[in-house]
Amino acid sequence: MAQEKRKRPQRFYDYSLLFAIVFLTIFGLVMIYSASSYKAQIDHGNAAYFMIRQAAIAAVGLAAMIVISKLDYHWYAKVWKLGVAVVWILMILVTFTPLGREYNGKKRWLGYGSLSFQPSELVKIVVIVALASMIVRYGKNIDRFAGKFRVMLLVLPLALIVVINNLSTGIIIVGIGFVMMFVASKEKWPYILCVAAAAFVLVFAGPIGKALTGIGLLQEYQLGRINVWLDPEQYSLEGGFQVLQGLYAIGSGGLFGKGLGQSIQKMGFVPEAQNDMIFSIICEELGLFGAVSLILIFMFMIYRFMVIASNAPDLFGSMVVVGVMGHIAIQVILNIAVVTNTIPNTGITLPFISYGGTSVLFLLIEMGMVLSVSNQIKLEK
Amino acid sequence: MNRNLRRHKLRTLTVFLTAALLMLAMAGRLDYLMLYCADYYSQKADDLHQRERTIKAARGRILDRNGTVIATNRTVCTVSVIHNQIEEPDRVVQALSANLGLTEETVRKKVETRSSREIIKTNIDKETGDRIRELRLAGVKVDEDYKRYYPYDSLASKVLGFTGGDNQGIIGLEVRYEEYLKGRNGLILTMADAAGVELENAFEDRIEPVAGADLTVSLDVNIQTYAQQAALKVMEEKNAKKVSVIVMDPRNGEILAMVNVPEFDLNDPFTLNTEPEEGADRQKLLNQMWRNPAINDTYEPGSTFKIVTASAGLEAGVVGIDDHFSCPGYRIVEDRKIRCHKTAGHGGETFLQATMNSCNPVYIDVGQRLGVDRYYEYFTRFGLLGKTGVDLPGEAATIMHQKENMGLVELATVSFGQSFQITPLQLITTASALINGGTRVTPHFGIRSVSADGESVHTFTYPAREGIVSGETSRTLRYMLEKVVSEGGGKNAAVEGYRIGGKTATSEKLPRSLKKYISSFLGFAPADDPQIIALITIDEPEGVYYGGTIAAPVIADIFRNILPYLGIEEEQLFPSEVAVDYSRKKTYTNP
Repeated sequence: MAQEKRKRPQRFYDYSLLFAIVFLTIFGLVMIYSASSYKAQIDHGNAAYFMIRQAAIAAVGLAAMIVISKLDYHWYAKVWKLGVAVVWILMILVTFTPLGREYNGKKRWLGYGSLSFQPSELVKIVVIVALASMIVRYGKNIDRFAGKFRVMLLVLPLALIVVINNLSTGIIIVGIGFVMMFVASKEKWPYILCVAAAAFVLVFAGPIGKALTGIGLLQEYQLGRINVWLDPEQYSLEGGFQVLQGLYAIGSGGLFGKGLGQSIQKMGFVPEAQNDMIFSIICEELGLFGAVSLILIFMFMIYRFMVIASNAPDLFGSMVVVGVMGHIAIQVILNIAVVTNTIPNTGITLPFISYGGTSVLFLLIEMGMVLSVSNQIKLEK
Repeated sequence: MNRNLRRHKLRTLTVFLTAALLMLAMAGRLDYLMLYCADYYSQKADDLHQRERTIKAARGRILDRNGTVIATNRTVCTVSVIHNQIEEPDRVVQALSANLGLTEETVRKKVETRSSREIIKTNIDKETGDRIRELRLAGVKVDEDYKRYYPYDSLASKVLGFTGGDNQGIIGLEVRYEEYLKGRNGLILTMADAAGVELENAFEDRIEPVAGADLTVSLDVNIQTYAQQAALKVMEEKNAKKVSVIVMDPRNGEILAMVNVPEFDLNDPFTLNTEPEEGADRQKLLNQMWRNPAINDTYEPGSTFKIVTASAGLEAGVVGIDDHFSCPGYRIVEDRKIRCHKTAGHGGETFLQATMNSCNPVYIDVGQRLGVDRYYEYFTRFGLLGKTGVDLPGEAATIMHQKENMGLVELATVSFGQSFQITPLQLITTASALINGGTRVTPHFGIRSVSADGESVHTFTYPAREGIVSGETSRTLRYMLEKVVSEGGGKNAAVEGYRIGGKTATSEKLPRSLKKYISSFLGFAPADDPQIIALITIDEPEGVYYGGTIAAPVIADIFRNILPYLGIEEEQLFPSEVAVDYSRKKTYTNP
């Protein structure tokens, strides 16, 4: 009993991260209500329709997060192979069988009746856990060809099956793998070269896109997206209209915005304002001040991930947190980059904020995992 | 393990720093978009959200010289539908077609058109509009609007003109003074969502409309009405095609009345006032109906033009009023024999007598004495070559021989008003200048415009050219023309108690073989100090067609009524007084 008492205060629990998570989730609900109420009122006769659905799932997610955070995270390492098998089955089911539900021409949902979820969100968690386990197992050998090969064998085929219907999630999965391998590896140059190559492609996207279309590697509609990105006003009919609507929302926000709930762009101008483009509504309503504050909160969250990863009791815990860190960082940056038309448009949701049940549920489970790692940190006195 | 851990920490830090750097870059990008580009994008967004609704400005009224309203506005309604807001399309179609007298198909087509606003019908009266509004159909809008209304229906129709569906002047003064009358439309700026539905409680910007200015014109409703009745009467009696009457103040060019019967109903200007013939082009007939022949059409003035020849001859000194002439009933000019209307000839006569007799050969002689060059010079100096500059659209220009093509024969015919064409307004304007002491005035209607708030008054001014003939010539001319009425061919124009001057004319229309005529009479009063001048032209009268017989009495009738109305005093006159008055100046002895 006495031992127990002494032990407990020694355990660390990252309350500031917990606070950031809860804050973002609730802020997300507020913004979903604001962004979707107009459409919800018209389509469903209930202004809070989207908000209530999201709130219900978020409540379940928060409960799951607390429970997971109290569990020892090491048990995932034992079941990662099973996890990989499950996501493969789910991805095959959603992609190739009629069980996959199509929405806007994309088969991303698996479900029955009113319940449905996106297996690709689960893939992210499984990849994080599986990679962490592999990195622990290979240890210093991770830089050898066999290690790298196996990691690629795990990540790339999964990413590929996801890409069929969801390019952006595929990119995020590869990105998570890239970040985790970068942290685990001793090598520098392959990673630097990769980043340099990505930057090069982004800077010269226009000419490269044209060249690739010329030799038939890129579809005409994909070149269209690049053109829209480079000059949305000229290509407004090819999709630039949507990008422009986001920019109009952002640009009309000014320093402090129009005030919560005062967006006009959400009234049918920005398509699915509660989804991928919700950040533009935040900009319009809360202004530069609100938008930068939100970015700073995300930055703080990533900072906490770094602290937890650096102090994790073992490499596995550390790598799990690094994976989550990579996930959140990539998704936030890509989302804002898309909304501000800094990179070509691809559907990426803003973590915790955008509407999407599966997304928020698995995000909160990931947070539970991170908090669980933080909970294992023993404070040294 | 320790080394590994440190390396891992360093790499984790690298990941964090990279992410933080990229996030800061995004914040920088936002900074650029939200501060630097804010004006550009928010303007674009506003353009997208704002819906403009115009508030029509009330068109200015038109008042006659005494302040009587002759054109004003009436409230009418416009019914339109907003596709996205319609809840019960069938009921809307049924209700609108029933109330507006449209077929269900017509209404249904518009109801089903996917547009932000579809106009079903405009210019419906207020009662119908109110009835539809009370049905409270979702998606049906009834907007009030102004429609032009003319209290006197057809009075001075071709002068006033009318407005179209957009309340814009189409013909007449309504067009000419459009910029004064139209005012400035107001705007309601509201916000709308992507479906075009106006947002409630949204910021609303309103620019108030500015009503158009009232226009006061020189017309006098009473004179116009009387002249119209007189014109209608003679048109019916003589079964003429049309009759025009112009009543003008010769001193300043203010037109008191301009009648062109048959007039048309200004409140229903698209209905023909005659039964259209089979296969007739409706638009052509409408244009014909709207035409103002006193200004838009030219004719051969005939003997009334002898006023001009006489003035030129007197001014040049080539003829005096008691110069002796002889009329054998014709005059041979070069190889042409030009007949006098009195085929037996007037015999020996003075210039005054020739004028009273309207003798063509004498006037041919006067023209020949002047010669082509001098005649042309006077023709030009009197202002006959140009337009009068009246403030109505579409004034026709004079059709005259080119000077180099004008031989003695042409000169002879021009001398008594044939072989060229002018508008009736040109004739009365020129005659005004010749009898008013030599000042060529600009005939006009517009006197002043007063803004709706009464604060801004604009008085129109018109050019006048003095000295086109000497005062003496003008005086002599007045004397001769008074003689025409008191003792000569215009005696049917005499009005008891008034000194009337005038000249008759009977113009043969082209081609001469048709034997169609325009009978006209130009008269003015008082003859010694003209304050009013009038010209009547009767187009294609049947039966007796002499101007002195049918046109002169009409002017006498009009003068008999309007002279007292205008406050021109009756004078007790003795026949000799006229001559005595004149003889003092011209050593003329009354025969």
